[in-house]
Amino acid sequence: MTKTSSVKDLQQLARSIRINVVHMIAEAGSGHTGGSLGLADIFASLYFNVLNHEPKNPQWSERDRLILSIGHVAPVLYATLAEAGYFAKDELLSLRKLNSRLQGHPARDHGLPGLELSAGSLGQGLSVAVGMALCAKADKKNWHVYSIHGDGELQEGSIWEAAMSAAHYKLNNITAIVDRNNCQIDGKTSRVMELEPLREKWKAFGWDVFECDGHSYTDIIKTCEDAKQSVFRPTVIIARTKMGRGVKSIEDDFRWHGKAPSKEEAEDFIKQLSA
Amino acid sequence: MKKYTYSETNDTRSGFGEGLHELGKKNPNVVALCADLIGSLKMDAFIAEFPERFIQVGIAEANMIGIAAGLTIGGKIPFTGTFANFSTGRVYDQIRQSVAYSNKNVKICASHAGLTLGEDGATHQILEDIGLMKMLPHMVVINTCDFNQTKAATIAIADYTGPVYLRFGRPKVPNFTPKDQVFEIGKAITLNEGKDVSIFATGHLVWKAIEAGNLLAEKGIDAEIINIHTIKPLDRNAVIQSVMKTKCVVTAEEHQMNGGLGDSIAQLLSLELPTPLEMVAVKDTFGESGTPDELMIKYGLTTENIVEAALRAINRK
Ligand SMILES: [Mg+2]
Repeated sequence: MTKTSSVKDLQQLARSIRINVVHMIAEAGSGHTGGSLGLADIFASLYFNVLNHEPKNPQWSERDRLILSIGHVAPVLYATLAEAGYFAKDELLSLRKLNSRLQGHPARDHGLPGLELSAGSLGQGLSVAVGMALCAKADKKNWHVYSIHGDGELQEGSIWEAAMSAAHYKLNNITAIVDRNNCQIDGKTSRVMELEPLREKWKAFGWDVFECDGHSYTDIIKTCEDAKQSVFRPTVIIARTKMGRGVKSIEDDFRWHGKAPSKEEAEDFIKQLSA
Repeated sequence: MKKYTYSETNDTRSGFGEGLHELGKKNPNVVALCADLIGSLKMDAFIAEFPERFIQVGIAEANMIGIAAGLTIGGKIPFTGTFANFSTGRVYDQIRQSVAYSNKNVKICASHAGLTLGEDGATHQILEDIGLMKMLPHMVVINTCDFNQTKAATIAIADYTGPVYLRFGRPKVPNFTPKDQVFEIGKAITLNEGKDVSIFATGHLVWKAIEAGNLLAEKGIDAEIINIHTIKPLDRNAVIQSVMKTKCVVTAEEHQMNGGLGDSIAQLLSLELPTPLEMVAVKDTFGESGTPDELMIKYGLTTENIVEAALRAINRK
């Protein structure tokens, strides 16, 4: 897969991903709009710059592994995989429909290429990432493991079991990316269950902590490169994002966590995204 | 009644430990994980010889299941070891999503199942685990009866691709099955051919079923005794063939009546061959502290209970 560092290219890719996310969710009539839009810049940066992968050979043994622990933002993953050429974009509109490979939450059972794990129930992806990273270490492989987490997801205790073990085993080949949009279904994370001081929590668990602007391609890419330099410790990138990013009228509004736009709203969203 | 003897009693968990060790020598892809119960699971020999293929996860079972799922990515075959309660109920959602639904080749090996854990009491005596595991699509569920069979099953499940739940226990029980048996997943073993009643038993109740067969023979009753070590997939053919001949059934297990072996056989027979059936199992209650033998008596899981159930079943023909 050829990589691009051009901000213009990445901007164009992320815009296309966002537009597809809106189309897909509107067509499905349900789905998680806010987080999917908020992660589009991170996904564009990962799949078109950071990750070593082969869309035409999804089982390539040397690929970097990406685990989406927050399965509910499946639309951004699907739109990105299609954008990268894992499957045809036409299929995107089958999201959440009967017999579709694009299940409401990613499911390996349904044959869609590019999925490492079925996910939806929160708090499990980091443990699986630890297993994969241990496997890479045992086999002396250089591929890297990326896992994508929500900030609300960090309220699950199992995340911290996994965090403890990644540091114990010195898994410098894991980079966890936290979608720090300060929102979850029931409201602001600070009101639902305070996560701060988040940096210090990860540090205390033995991780090297990075922060970045989750909407700046150069910052995301540079921070991923820095994280990969870690010699002993697993790394976490706290990526500051806005839920609903790109659609001004819904940005930072937690009510759009799990809501689908109507057909009319979708048209308006796409107009805003195309502007 | 065919004669069965044994020269030693031994614990099934030690059969697992020995099987795992042998597997380690045979198959370099086999890795083992444990959540702070190495001694209880008898994993020491494997760990001593293959320290680089062992992962201690500490007291964090949810994490252990997820790590095991992740380890499969390079063709590794992870065996997780902890008590049956912490192998199933505690981590059900992790198994459901990251192992079964993700179709990962993970072997969940569970010791101290059932009442025979004894004095620790009901918190640790899981009697629902077979039900929990058999309800999951893709999951194979095995409950072995003695040391030799547990060892053979441990070795056999590495050759099967897909998630497996292997259940065994703590007490020393008669070790009567052949030392060098080949374990075949999903294949029932007929221990005695008979015509009057079919007794399907699993796990620690298999030996008691043999003892019951001897007592029934003294009463002139010819019992067919079948060891169902694989609860899922159930050997439907073996069950149907036997029941067509005997026309009444007893099931015996160290598990809740709800969700156990008896429930699987009752389902099969009511759909295909309705037949009088009696169940020797725990009747919707938790266990408690006591010696294993005391508990088996109090909760109705003895040889005599099987004999009585057989007489009831025959009466209902
Ligand atoms: Mg959030």
